[in-house]
Amino acid sequence: MKIHEVDAREIFSRYGLPVPPSRLIRKAEEAGEAAREIGCPVVVKAQVLVGGRGIAGGVKLASHPDEAVQKAKAILGMDLKGITVEKVLVARAVDIAKEFYVGMVVDRRSRKPLMMVSPAGGIDIEEVARTTPEKILKIVIDPLWGILPFQTRRMTSFLTGDKETAKKLAPVLGALYAAFMGVDATLAEINPLVVTPAGEVWAIDAKINIDDSSLFRQKEVAGLRDESTEDRGEVDAREAGLSFVKLNGAIGCVVNGAGLAMSTMDMIKHFGGEPANFLDIGGSSSPDKVLSAMRIILRDSNVKSILVNIFGGITRCDDVARGIIEAKKELGMEVPLVVRLTGTNEDTARNILAGTTLISVSTMEEGVTKAIAAARGR
Amino acid sequence: MSILVDENSRVIVQGITGRDGAFHASQMRAYGTKVVGGVTPGKGGQKTDDGIPIFNTMAEAVAETGANASVVYVPAAFATDAICEAADAGVALVVCITEGIPVLDMVRVLPYLRERGARLIGPNCPGIISPGKCKVGIMPGDIHKRGRIGVVSRSGTLTYEIVHHLTQSGFGQSSCLGIGGDPVVGTNFLDALELFAKDEETDCVVIIGEIGGSDEEEAAAVIASGYPKKVASFIAGRTAPPGKRMGHAGAIVTGGTGTAAEKIAAFEAAGVEVAATPGEIVDLVKRLAPVRSKRT
Repeated sequence: MKIHEVDAREIFSRYGLPVPPSRLIRKAEEAGEAAREIGCPVVVKAQVLVGGRGIAGGVKLASHPDEAVQKAKAILGMDLKGITVEKVLVARAVDIAKEFYVGMVVDRRSRKPLMMVSPAGGIDIEEVARTTPEKILKIVIDPLWGILPFQTRRMTSFLTGDKETAKKLAPVLGALYAAFMGVDATLAEINPLVVTPAGEVWAIDAKINIDDSSLFRQKEVAGLRDESTEDRGEVDAREAGLSFVKLNGAIGCVVNGAGLAMSTMDMIKHFGGEPANFLDIGGSSSPDKVLSAMRIILRDSNVKSILVNIFGGITRCDDVARGIIEAKKELGMEVPLVVRLTGTNEDTARNILAGTTLISVSTMEEGVTKAIAAARGR
Repeated sequence: MSILVDENSRVIVQGITGRDGAFHASQMRAYGTKVVGGVTPGKGGQKTDDGIPIFNTMAEAVAETGANASVVYVPAAFATDAICEAADAGVALVVCITEGIPVLDMVRVLPYLRERGARLIGPNCPGIISPGKCKVGIMPGDIHKRGRIGVVSRSGTLTYEIVHHLTQSGFGQSSCLGIGGDPVVGTNFLDALELFAKDEETDCVVIIGEIGGSDEEEAAAVIASGYPKKVASFIAGRTAPPGKRMGHAGAIVTGGTGTAAEKIAAFEAAGVEVAATPGEIVDLVKRLAPVRSKRT
């Protein structure tokens, strides 16, 4: 789950990281008041869940309150990578002498928390990883200990030769680790972590992604989800206990199982079609989930046919078949529906479907090719 | 021989009185698995409809039954504790079906299990089956057939799809291991390859991977430096858009890495053919391990 910069800054602040003061505003006029409260110069930053805000013009400096209002006016309502800016952060600006990158992830290879630091801060870290990977130091952290002092020394000396700066960086790294572990983050980044000419250390940006599986025990953080910019289908799917990702094609898919759902999309492409979505109804194939799934898919006007691909195993295919027929009736569906059901009672299911306009198939390949053909006919 | 589970496995079902635990305990038992007990705190002393004894704790269950494996059908909020309890009770193999366990819990659980000599399979997996011998998990037993193909996969129903094709074409399986769809799992492709390498009943290994992480790439590197069995593979997610979680918590392309294309390239560079569709796996296996199962 992504959260806005303002919320990430607040979390970092709570864990003792040095975050400059800021105010969140929704109306340009409020920027002047905010700038006066915090003290100028300030930076006005669009709060949208996309990267590259600065380059896209969503981050602007202001040296006095009136200018802050101007900049806020320019940014609010702006379209940034398809999202309309509805709120901005007015934050105290600091002078920058050095910019570092510090970040944390769960490293899948070592199966441990991993901290990454680089003296090449303020730029796209993926670019640094691609072109100058030697500028990134990765430290695997044992959760039994947290960051050990020798690891802190390695990281600070990698970042700077200045002893005073190193002394100030050490607690920042520890606080970042504590924040990451404390909120069940999958990613926590400060880019850039800044050193001012006077030697102060400030985190002037903040990004945290939260592990979706931890939300049941991160109640406060769970409330920070911003659904307003998410695809409506993805929001509804989550509520219905389904996984859904919207794509651009004409063949809608309803599948039980994420790997099988990905393979269904892949097979559609392989046979010359374009998938309209990824949709996993989970390990079961209960009729109400199929109904929710079809309802979400049918909102997409690009969809010209739907393939239901269910490898039922233990699930009774005749129950699923009846559920699909009910769903079609209830939704008044006209889009052709191709149904593949494999598993217990699949022959009964096929007999049930034979008397309807649903196209019944016995293999995934047959389902995909018939769904593509049905879409072409429209 | 098969790997990890066979006729000697004595299995405790953790969460046996829950809806999934009860149903699958019964299914496993019907398949022939030696389900020797179940655990639900507070329900100790009772028996299931099948007559399986229920215990309050794993320690009691293991002491009474001599169990050497357990399978966890416990909700995400309590599953980590169940896994730890099983390891603490001396169980050597813990299979966790549960989806939705926090990643950091898995990070902390793995050393805990290693210290106690326990292996975790999963979480978020269908389990493991050695056809004809033992099934520990939720997979439909009747699509499997005993044979000499080892299958290891990050998926559930996609595994069944491929196993179904293999069985229909006469290629039975020695063991089918679901390692799960989460980003941090107890047993990965490398572990599975190691186990299959030592298994006299496995001639050929089928690896079913997907986007996210670098497990496939690491497996490919090991195979490239010399692996004693034939390997074929299928990778799901060629058409997955970057940055989106495709159902499984671990199925996500981040920072441009973990793409299906990279995994396919890594396997091909290691001499492992990658099927374009699930069904095509049969063609690859035919070329690699032409001996089919004689048993049904």
